[in-house]
Amino acid sequence: MTISPSSSPVTSSPAPSALAEISQETLALTGRLFVQLQRRPSTLVAGVLQPLIWLVLFGALFAKAPAGLLPGGISYGRFLGAGVIVFTAFSAALNAGLPVMFDREFGFLNRLLVAPLRSRSSIVFASVLYITSLSLVQSLAIMGTAALLGYGWPGAGGLLLVLVTLLLLVFAVTALSLGLAFALPGHIELIAVIFVANLPLLFASTALAPLSFMPTWLGWLAALNPLTFAIEPIRAAYAGELSLSAVVLEAPFGTMTTATCLAVLAVLAAGLFLLIRPLLDRKLS
Amino acid sequence: MIELQQLCKRYGGGRRGQGVVALDQLSLEVPAGCLYGLLGPNGAGKTTALRILCTLLAPDSGLVRVGGLDALSEPRAVRRLLGYVAQEVAIDKILTGRELMRLQGNLYHLPWRLSSQRIDELIELLGMADWIDRRCGSYSGGMRRRLDLAAGLLHRPQVLVLDEPTVGLDIESRAVIWAVLRQLRDGGTTVLLSSHYLEEVDALADQLAIIEAGRVIAQGAPAELKAALGGDRVTLRVREFSDAEEAERVRALLHACAGVRQVVVNQSQGYSLNLVIEHDGVVEQLRRQLSAADLPVFALAQSRPSLDDVYLQATGRTMMDAELAVAGSRDPKAERKASM
Repeated sequence: MTISPSSSPVTSSPAPSALAEISQETLALTGRLFVQLQRRPSTLVAGVLQPLIWLVLFGALFAKAPAGLLPGGISYGRFLGAGVIVFTAFSAALNAGLPVMFDREFGFLNRLLVAPLRSRSSIVFASVLYITSLSLVQSLAIMGTAALLGYGWPGAGGLLLVLVTLLLLVFAVTALSLGLAFALPGHIELIAVIFVANLPLLFASTALAPLSFMPTWLGWLAALNPLTFAIEPIRAAYAGELSLSAVVLEAPFGTMTTATCLAVLAVLAAGLFLLIRPLLDRKLS
Repeated sequence: MIELQQLCKRYGGGRRGQGVVALDQLSLEVPAGCLYGLLGPNGAGKTTALRILCTLLAPDSGLVRVGGLDALSEPRAVRRLLGYVAQEVAIDKILTGRELMRLQGNLYHLPWRLSSQRIDELIELLGMADWIDRRCGSYSGGMRRRLDLAAGLLHRPQVLVLDEPTVGLDIESRAVIWAVLRQLRDGGTTVLLSSHYLEEVDALADQLAIIEAGRVIAQGAPAELKAALGGDRVTLRVREFSDAEEAERVRALLHACAGVRQVVVNQSQGYSLNLVIEHDGVVEQLRRQLSAADLPVFALAQSRPSLDDVYLQATGRTMMDAELAVAGSRDPKAERKASM
């Protein structure tokens, strides 16, 4: 048994392409997150259970509301479905920063930072990849349950629209959460922010009630809430409205189509990633 | 191989205060293939220096070169050369040791087969076969440290940097780590380790630098530094507990003796006296002088100069006293913030 002489470092083999190296890093880091999930599945279980409880309990809460109360004459459970799907994805994405924060606190991030990563964005990519797949799985589980409860199924085209919408929202919220994970001093603070942001954003959106039920000030808030921009296209998809130009929201400042909602989400996601860049750079370069 | 020039770093303080000075014009040069020890009390700036070397921390000013590369402008190239074993062992409790090494291999872009081969080699080298497939959360301190060392060695770094590698370790793990470090040095790897254990640096290091308050106060081979001090050390107590006045009287008396080079009153050790003497014969003479002055001898110990004496000579206090003194002046919050 020998210790190999350091005169022949193993890393000096012919330079592989940047893309190959970045995907090697990213996949390894993503793999780690999935191994953690597999051995500690409580996050996933809680992440599916919580929205299911919402769906079942909240859906039943207004089961005997007068017919025709909601726009389109749909049942409250049907109305709620889109809200719960979006809220599920949103909650999962909002927690994206937690593993990164724990890595910072336990010094594991330093292990990544002394490694010659081709791009430190791999650390961010890995989180985005992990959270995106996790939240999509959770959302699909909710959609399946909603279908079983008789709250409808959007069909193949609708499913695609739902997935695209969720993806944009998850990107935006993940960016926000990762930014917080690098900006805040510790996990206590991060959890506090998540806690404070989570429910108010749900209530100040069209997840639980349509805009027409709200006082003007709340209507404005809900119409400006990014969750609403994700909920309404999905609700429309459930109602069979698959056209991008379909009007999905009568906001106080004008009508919004599916296309505008998606565009707003896309701009938000891109904007947030640009916004957190300096934070990531400060910690990661 | 490693060159640190005029490094300065201060923690905390922000725009208003001065903060705490961690490094103050620290300069250091480690030749290739050398096992180099960085010795100093806790809080002397060892960890800060190593973190700057490993590109985890930017100095306020100064120059860092590794293998001829500027670590500040070419950090990625420098990271390839370095293996870093941090003081606080950063492992993922949920992964097994083997999975952690596999992850490390991917972060250093090792091809799968090479990575597997290296992992097997290191498992054997560090005696980890029995537990490497258990989750890291169940490891003892020594196991964690060995795993961390293995991870640092996975890509065969030219330079291995270890921050206090044996603090709090069991004897067996310490012996394994010492043996591996010597073997690496013999294989041509440059090894830089920090320690506040005098005997560790004395036993391991070819060269060492003593650091105090963020600057290098002595540098050289351990034997050289001790020889340069010359003379033997004598610790003398006339009574178990003397007072300042008596200690001063004895000091004056002994100072006048031929062959006594230096007498220091050590207040923190019950006014004992630390002497440097030219040769063995002086001890007999001291005893005669004391009995002539009607003074008892409670304890008298003689030893060759140690690295602690080198430290004492350069700073005027022992390392233990220095650690106690510095403990209060650190800013743990700012240090922690910088390390995240």
